[in-house]
Amino acid sequence: MANLNSVLPPLTERSGPLRWMRKNLFGSWLDSLLTVLGALLVYWAVKGFLTWALTVAEWEVISANLRLILIGQYPIEQAWRLWTWLAILFFLAGNSIGIWARGSKYAFVVLFTPALLILLPFGSASRIWLAALTLTGLIGWGLGRARPHALKRSVIAGWVILLPVIILLTRGWSETEGSAVPIVTTNLWGGLLLTFLLTVVAILFSFPLGVLLALGRRSKLPIIRWSSVAYIELVRGVPLITILFMAQLMLPLFLPEGVAIDRVVRAMVGMTLFSAAYLAENVRGGLQAIPRGQYEAAHALGLSGAQTMTLIVLPQALRLVIPILVGQFIAVFKDTSLVAIVGLFDLLGIAKTVLAQPAFLGLQREVYVFISLIYWVLSYGMSYLSQRLEERLGAGGR
Amino acid sequence: MQNQTQQKNSIPLWRDERVLNILGQAAFAAALILLALIIYQNMKAGLAKQGITISLDFLKGLSGFDISEFSFPYDRNSSYWQAYLVGLVNTLNVSILGVLFSTILGIILGVARLSTNFIINRLAAFYLELVRNLSLLVFLVFWYLGVFLKMPRVKDALLWPGDIILTNRGVGIPWGLPTASFPTFRLILLAGLLLALIVFFSLRAHGKRTGRPPLSLLWSLLAFLLIGAAGWLILPEAPLTLDLPFVKGLNLSGGKILSPEFMALTSGLVLYTSAFIGEVVRAGIQSVSKGQVEASRALGLNAFQTLRLIVFPQALRVIIPPLTSQYLNLIKNSSLAIAVGYPDVFYVSNTIQNQTGRAVEMISMVMATYLLFSLITSALMNWYNQRIKLVER
Repeated sequence: MANLNSVLPPLTERSGPLRWMRKNLFGSWLDSLLTVLGALLVYWAVKGFLTWALTVAEWEVISANLRLILIGQYPIEQAWRLWTWLAILFFLAGNSIGIWARGSKYAFVVLFTPALLILLPFGSASRIWLAALTLTGLIGWGLGRARPHALKRSVIAGWVILLPVIILLTRGWSETEGSAVPIVTTNLWGGLLLTFLLTVVAILFSFPLGVLLALGRRSKLPIIRWSSVAYIELVRGVPLITILFMAQLMLPLFLPEGVAIDRVVRAMVGMTLFSAAYLAENVRGGLQAIPRGQYEAAHALGLSGAQTMTLIVLPQALRLVIPILVGQFIAVFKDTSLVAIVGLFDLLGIAKTVLAQPAFLGLQREVYVFISLIYWVLSYGMSYLSQRLEERLGAGGR
Repeated sequence: MQNQTQQKNSIPLWRDERVLNILGQAAFAAALILLALIIYQNMKAGLAKQGITISLDFLKGLSGFDISEFSFPYDRNSSYWQAYLVGLVNTLNVSILGVLFSTILGIILGVARLSTNFIINRLAAFYLELVRNLSLLVFLVFWYLGVFLKMPRVKDALLWPGDIILTNRGVGIPWGLPTASFPTFRLILLAGLLLALIVFFSLRAHGKRTGRPPLSLLWSLLAFLLIGAAGWLILPEAPLTLDLPFVKGLNLSGGKILSPEFMALTSGLVLYTSAFIGEVVRAGIQSVSKGQVEASRALGLNAFQTLRLIVFPQALRVIIPPLTSQYLNLIKNSSLAIAVGYPDVFYVSNTIQNQTGRAVEMISMVMATYLLFSLITSALMNWYNQRIKLVER
């Protein structure tokens, strides 16, 4: 660049640790100063954190309360129900990996996570279940790999009915005393279990609602367009916490007398209504990116308006916004912690219960660091996996 | 003519798209109105049972509760309405400070993320990845319970250089105490601001005319500082005296005492939002094509000029829309103050609602308030966005 009329051969990049350091750490005096300051900061932070984590922190609060943090007050003798749906989940996940993402090593990490979690201070029963999860995942993977075409449809069907199965198993159905699957009321749901269920329900129900709102906003019919716009902008203009409070306090008022809904369900309704508005805007972005020609071609082929949408436009639009949707889902996951403010015992809410135990007073740092770690690992894991899978499947691009 | 009517008639009414559209919309509107009516009736019946009719008259009643932090006179004999205003001002305080500091920190992080210095680059990347994957509420609660309430007690207060006192009752910082001449000084500052504006716009106009953009912001800032300094020296008595915080018994006194709640909320919001702003800034700078930088260097502009005149104006166009939504997020997220006990508008309204049982009114009021904030912010940012937009032929 510096020597435009040069006929010399291009400079060959010489490498070596010293050269690298000169280029990346000590390029100028300012650079060197920053390097020294940065190194000091790293040293100070790492040393401070490690000293605290290894010598000061009392991690017994976590190992003693691991169950509370993971499933809240859910009765331990009913925990097999949760393990069962987890096993189904891992089987389906393994199956899907076997069919669609065969060689992806990152997808494999998911299957082996339970086996790794055995290292945490779980009871022996939980450890066996954890090993079983990895095993079912691997069986599912083997089956999916062996007969990908035969299993495709049943796997999709499995995913579709998974949520009702999860909810049913978690809640139970038998009212009689002493039966195998008694009802576990939602006030006993807590910890990571509640966070997970809130997230999944909010995502699944807000998806169709969001797509409808996005279509409504793009509609040519003024009344439909303006009501969609009003809904989206109204919800996006207010904080989630006000919507959760509205769901807790005002939703019971909206319903006719005698119809009572559960507090957890109210929180799910609030999360769904909130997330739908944001999802609508994301989907709208995808819809706007579909060129007119696609609509015209569909019309020319004789497809009706609804067919054009469902067969031509939406599949392309949704595929385009998959990365953004994953980001949105991660945001929903992180936002579920707000239900702690309306008094539910999710991952954050349960922390208060843990810290109220006389044996563990004053251990806020340990508890909140551990909970942050759970949020971090799951959020980062989701975004990392989705990025790798997107690269493989070519989603997000055209 | 006849042919046309025939064609018109050949489409039966129930298949005519225009008719169907109108009918469909009418049905949709009717369903919406019906739903709203049912909800309204249910609500009225439910409230009537509790002996409540919807009105805002209760806001004139005595609040009877204390608010720990207020920017204008308030006590328990004030009305609910005044309590609400106190909360509103607190929300504004946190939002404005939050936007200011998270912008500064965000720009630093975004630039650091693009630094060629390996350590700085990695540090910024680590920070961004760490914070962006945390839940904001957990983050805030951690800062409150795990950091600011875990500060040493007042009697073994931590002293930082610059006369900053850290305790679990709050953080004391030096603050200016207005003296008798402060009102005059305020007028002088106003004059300085006016002059700065004049300098700014005349320099800009000059730059437009000659095609050599001067450092208008710098010069106007200098003008402002000059007037301020002159005013400070001319006045017989200094308009502000330095008030240092000190420990007095079991409490902090003097200076400005920032409560742990305020510190946790503001620092949590700033540290969290700045990570997102950092990503926005990084993406914005990266969106400016490398050819622009090379061309500008080839034209003989130095590195600083390239940044100021070439890269930044172009990056700004990409940065402003997502930055707006980050600002909006910060303002809305300040409602999480309730989790750390800082009396913002949502916290206060929640207290009022607990005392009066007026859930419908209070939630509607808070929603309307936040909606208004959001609308004002987006209007301002849209106006700014329009101004910096590429003028296309």
